[in-house]
Amino acid sequence: MTSSSRPVVVGQGSSLNTGGDHQPANLGDILERVLDKGIVIAGDIRVNLLDIELLTIKLRLVIASLETAREVGIDWWTRDPWLTGRDIEGDNQLEIENRELRARVAELEGRGAAQRELGEGPHD
Amino acid sequence: MTEHYGSWLYAVTRQAGATFSERLTGVAGEPLHAIEESGLVAVAGSVPLSSFGDEALRRNFEDLDWLGAVARAHDAVVDAVSRAGPAVPLRLATVYLDDERVRLVLQHRKDDFARVLDRVAGRTEWGVKVVFDPARLREPEVAAAGGGTRPGAAYLQRRRTELAARDREERFAVEQAEKIHSALSALAVEARRHRPQSPRLSGNAKPMILNAAYLVDDEATREFTRAVAEQDGGHAAIQLQLTGPWPPYSFSSLEEPAP
Repeated sequence: MTSSSRPVVVGQGSSLNTGGDHQPANLGDILERVLDKGIVIAGDIRVNLLDIELLTIKLRLVIASLETAREVGIDWWTRDPWLTGRDIEGDNQLEIENRELRARVAELEGRGAAQRELGEGPHD
Repeated sequence: MTEHYGSWLYAVTRQAGATFSERLTGVAGEPLHAIEESGLVAVAGSVPLSSFGDEALRRNFEDLDWLGAVARAHDAVVDAVSRAGPAVPLRLATVYLDDERVRLVLQHRKDDFARVLDRVAGRTEWGVKVVFDPARLREPEVAAAGGGTRPGAAYLQRRRTELAARDREERFAVEQAEKIHSALSALAVEARRHRPQSPRLSGNAKPMILNAAYLVDDEATREFTRAVAEQDGGHAAIQLQLTGPWPPYSFSSLEEPAP
């Protein structure tokens, strides 16, 4: 399939294949762009994405920084119970995860601000 | 009860008179429309505030499935728009009460939008993710070490070798990331490093050592993708993934680019 050459009809195109290891966009690639990049202007609907605590924490978990990864070793995620053996699609799992995250948020809020949030190992 | 609607913005372009394919719908499954003002065209959709108003968005964004679907829909529209001509993407959840408010914003931020549109015209964003496979770097000496010595000494020797190997791996990963980023940046107009994704999100169990975006002149696309393939073949422990073409998400900041 080739894309349409008519420039003013939007939505007729198809993906451009350049060969090699080019892959379709995964959700992570999309989320990191639409949530964090692009033009930021204040709308009438005031939703500060960073104010959404669970979203923020979940994204911090899934889009982890290299710094964090290196701090706890290059295979850090294998020791994090939040990130292992969980199915992100499952409703039940999501609920359990939500509950755990809330508990974690409360715990973090109770601690000194100077402490790093994700740099530590899991607390059982 | 009457349903109230708001105008969800996807992108801003200069494509006056643009029409939209019926197959292309927005985050609420709504048809798209163009709002023209001051030489600019905002691509928008009318979304019900019962799902996309302040309160509803705050609630819905907590649901990762909902967020994922909305993010994909938003991206699909932005992508289609940017394939039709220079476009700047709006961040997810930029919602106005009506099209009149959007017109005011276009009027007010005319110069800002024009500057970003000029910067991205004729250029495309490409994503490059680099994953590292430490197993491909490990040397056979680790297994061979310590044979014939006392158990305690052998353990310590093995431990030392492991730590040294890990240290070597990390140094290697950082060096490779720098080397690849600088080689690809040289072929791009601008470059940005994103935070590496965790394996859960990337779907790859190996650690990501570089997650970057490059704004590349369309004439240089072939040269850029060839360079990516070259770097990919550079070392057995290093694997590159090219994503794109992307709308210029990573290069649409209203601030001047960093030097």
